[in-house]
This record gives sequence, structure tokens and C-alpha cells, in this order.
Amino acid sequence: MTIALKVSNLKKTYKNGTVALKGLDLEVQSGEIFALLGPNGAGKSTLIGIISSLVNATSGEVEVFGDSLNKDRNKVKSHIGLVPQEFNFNMFEKPMDVLVNQAGYYGVPRKIALKRAEKYLKQLQLWDKRNGMSRMLSGGMKRRLMIARAMMNEPKLLILDEPTAGVDIEIRRSMWEFVEQIAKDGTTIILTTHYLEEAEQLCKNIAIINHGEIIQNTTIKQLLTTLDIETFILDLDKKPTDEFLSQLNAKITDDYSIQLDVKKSEALNDVFKKIDAQGYKVLSMRNKVNRLEELFFKMTQKDNNKEKSA
Amino acid sequence: MNSKTLTALFTLGRKEIVRILRIWSQTILPPAITMTLYFVIFGNLIGKRIGQMGGFDYMSFIVPGLVMMSVITNSYGNIVSSFFGAKFSKHIEEMLVSPMPNWVILFGHVLGALARGLMVGSIVTVIALFFTEIHVYNIWIVISTVVLTSVVFALGGFINACYATKFDDIAIIPAFILTPLTYLGGVFYSISLLPPFWQSVSKFNPVLYMVNAFRYGFLGVSDVNIYTAYTVIISFVVILTIICLYMLKKGIGLRT
Repeated sequence: MTIALKVSNLKKTYKNGTVALKGLDLEVQSGEIFALLGPNGAGKSTLIGIISSLVNATSGEVEVFGDSLNKDRNKVKSHIGLVPQEFNFNMFEKPMDVLVNQAGYYGVPRKIALKRAEKYLKQLQLWDKRNGMSRMLSGGMKRRLMIARAMMNEPKLLILDEPTAGVDIEIRRSMWEFVEQIAKDGTTIILTTHYLEEAEQLCKNIAIINHGEIIQNTTIKQLLTTLDIETFILDLDKKPTDEFLSQLNAKITDDYSIQLDVKKSEALNDVFKKIDAQGYKVLSMRNKVNRLEELFFKMTQKDNNKEKSA
Repeated sequence: MNSKTLTALFTLGRKEIVRILRIWSQTILPPAITMTLYFVIFGNLIGKRIGQMGGFDYMSFIVPGLVMMSVITNSYGNIVSSFFGAKFSKHIEEMLVSPMPNWVILFGHVLGALARGLMVGSIVTVIALFFTEIHVYNIWIVISTVVLTSVVFALGGFINACYATKFDDIAIIPAFILTPLTYLGGVFYSISLLPPFWQSVSKFNPVLYMVNAFRYGFLGVSDVNIYTAYTVIISFVVILTIICLYMLKKGIGLRT
């Protein structure tokens, strides 16, 4: 498998002295949807900015499909499509013009660009809006317009920087489907998101970045195995007593529901046996929080504490 | 130049021209009205009392200067508002992430500025025909000086837009540098009317060479040597182009 993105010892210090990246190394294989997570200010946007030529690196190397950013910037640019975090299209242009112009900048002839724009506007449910003013689009539509724009050069590497921020659930799911489809068609995708459920749903591999460094780079599956406790919410058929709660080491969440921490090594059958022995029935059961979210929080907290004590 | 580069250049040039035409009430109409007022007040009302200048009636004398003034102001204004506007609303990033070479980004915007400069210049020339007859001494000098001057001020505007971080920054240069240089650049008078010291000072003003070369193309008279004028204008084009390309390469004002 070829390497879509290789980042080596990448450093960035801004003019005001802020160190955004401290010698970051990262590899993304081609054809995958790769999650890049990190708290605000961790260095994600700086990294994306450098890869997409919007930020100058202080030192280090970026290669996209074997082409070096330092040696052939324009070749690297031709491989990439970028969906940034903030809206960055001309609000006074029509969506159709935004797309066709972007394609033109990549050297796509107007005739082809018009067909491509139609295809992506239809796929992203913006076709009806193609001739209106872009600033009149809703937040979700503006995000989809930026995705369509990033596809106009049919990139080999698509970078999505929080593409579903502020988008309702229905649109978010349709955007996931779109992303999964283009990944199936062969486009490598790097996704940053604050919706960790999104990363869990779409991505196989993940890197967590904090304080300008990668603190974890593994598969999501592998990462989740490091969680030794899972928290469940159980809805019971009657109000739990204090004795019942202390025996199970559970907390009450409302009149008929309890929160229970279960070790990975512990079988759920044993837990149910204990509940059954007390004469309670479990009516329904669910995870308390997104597992990845919990893990992410723990890892970044641990890293922040390390940083403070250093 | 390969076909992709040509497509990129065509796209950017087209976008700039479409923008000028879309907001014609801000780009085309105001200079037409302003220049009509100049013709009425300075040319017709005051000009009649001034008599001849450079061997021509005052109206004929100021027509090339006023056309050139409108070309300078509009070329500069177009690129500054377009490029800084793109920076301000961040859609400059559409160009920066694309493989479009830096010279195409520059030349595409210069094309837009040139288009507006020439559109406005042509309209002002047509308006002038309602007030006076226009002589043309050498059409090639007229065309070459107007194009080169438009390019000089487009490049200057591009540098201004790159450095600008707020709207004040794009208003300061036109108000405090461009307007005084233009008004003192021989648009309304021949520098032969000035005392020798101020004549020498005036020769440090590049706009003087541009206005006079353009006037030479119309009337065949100039306060400066025509070859010197071309040397000055072309030098500015070359130097400013190098500065612009350097700024784009380094990402000055564009990349953090």
C-alpha cells in the first residue's frame, strides 16, 4: 500500500513565539479514512495549514503521494482537496461559480468543471441552490458547498477539518455517506472532528495530537481496547434500594435507572446474575458516553498534567 | 505555458472582469460622474478663463491628464479591493491551495485591474468628446502608456493589499500618497509654470512621466523627455513585478 501522507519532524513556531508543532511525525496510508483528533489549540489546524500550503512550516518535511512540499509545492497542491473549518468562499458568488472557479484554478477546463459541479451539487443536495447567492445558504449547506468545492479537482487526498460542525444529524449522516462513498472510490481522507462518534464510525486509524505532538497513533479498535472500564446505564423495573446500589457499586441516575462501571475482564452475565438475584429486571441497557470520547478525554488530560508538571 | 496554467489564468481573469461588471455601480459609474464634473468645472467653467496651456486650450490639455488619473485610481482601487476583499473574507485561500503558479495569481489580478482601468479610461474619453475635440498624435504611445501605467498601479495596489491587515490600510495609501502624487503629477498644469526648484522636485514624481507620456500621445507635447518617461514606467513595472512575485513566493501577508 502506498503512503498518502508522510510528515517528518515538522515544526512550526509562529512569529509571536507560539510553538504549534514540535517535530511532528505522521503517516497516512492511501485509501483510508484517517482521524486526526485533538483539543482546541493542539496543532491540528496548523498541521493541516502546512500540508495545504496555507501556513509556512518552520522546518521539517511533508510528502503527499511521494511528492515533497519543499521541492514541488504545486504538484503536492494538485493532489489535495481541502475543506477548512471556517467558511472561506466568496459569499457574493453563486455556488455554481464558486465550484467552477475553483476547478479553473486547478486547470480543469470550464466544460468539464460545469459537469463536475453539477455532479457534486446534486450529490450534496445543493443543486436547487446553484444560482442563488452563497451567503444565503444555511450553515449546513455552506459546509456541503465547501466539500463540493474540495472535490472539484478530484483530489487523491481530501482533508476535512471539522466538516460536520454545526450540521444537523440528518445532514451529518448524509455527509458521512458521501465521505464513505468517495473513500470507496479511492480518495484518501483525513478527518478532524470534535464529534468522536464520527471518527469511530468512519475511521480505522487515528492519531491524537496535543501540544503540537502526536500522543497516540494507532487503530481505533486497538485504542478502544485500552479502555478497561465501560459505563452502562440500566433501566430497571422498580426503584433500586441503597443496599442494591452498594452491592453492585452502582449510582442512581433517576428513579428507575442506575449507572454501572463494568471491567472489561468481567462478564456481563455475572452482572446480570447479581441483579437477578436481588429480584430486579433489566428493561433496557445502553452505553453512558461515547467510548472514544472518554478515552480521548483521559489521554489529553494525562498529557496536559504531564505538560504542567514538566 | 501549459493548458492548465492557461485555464487558471483565464478563470481568474474572467472572475475579475465578471466582478467589475457585476458591481458596475461601484466600479464604472462613479468615475464617469466624477470626471464629468471635472470636465464641467475645470475644463468648461474655469478652463475658459485660463486660456491656453502647452499651446492648446485648457480643456484639450487636461483631457489626457484626467483620463490617466481615472485609469490610475481605478486600476489601483480595483486590485486593492478585490485582493484585500479576498484576503479579508479568506477566499484568497481558494487560490493559495491550488497549484496555480504565483505569477498567474498576480497576472490574473493585474488583468482585472487593467480591464477596469481601460474600461473607465475609455468611458472618460468618450465623455470628453462631449466637451472638446480629441487630437491623437500617436495612438501607439497612447495605448502603450495607458496599459503600462495601469499595470504599474495594479502592481502597487497588489503590494498594498498584501500588506494590508485592515480596511484602514487600503485607504491610507490612496488618500495620502496616490492622490497627492496624481494631483501634483501634471494632470491640471504644465510644470513649466512652476519655479525651477519645484520643477526639479516634480521630476521625482513618477506620475508626472506617465501623465506627460500619455499627453504626448494625444497632443505631441510633454514636460519630460518621452524616452525618459518610458524608462521610468518600464522600470517601475519590472521592479514592482519582482517585489510582488517575491511576496507571493514568501507568502508575505498571505501565509502565517
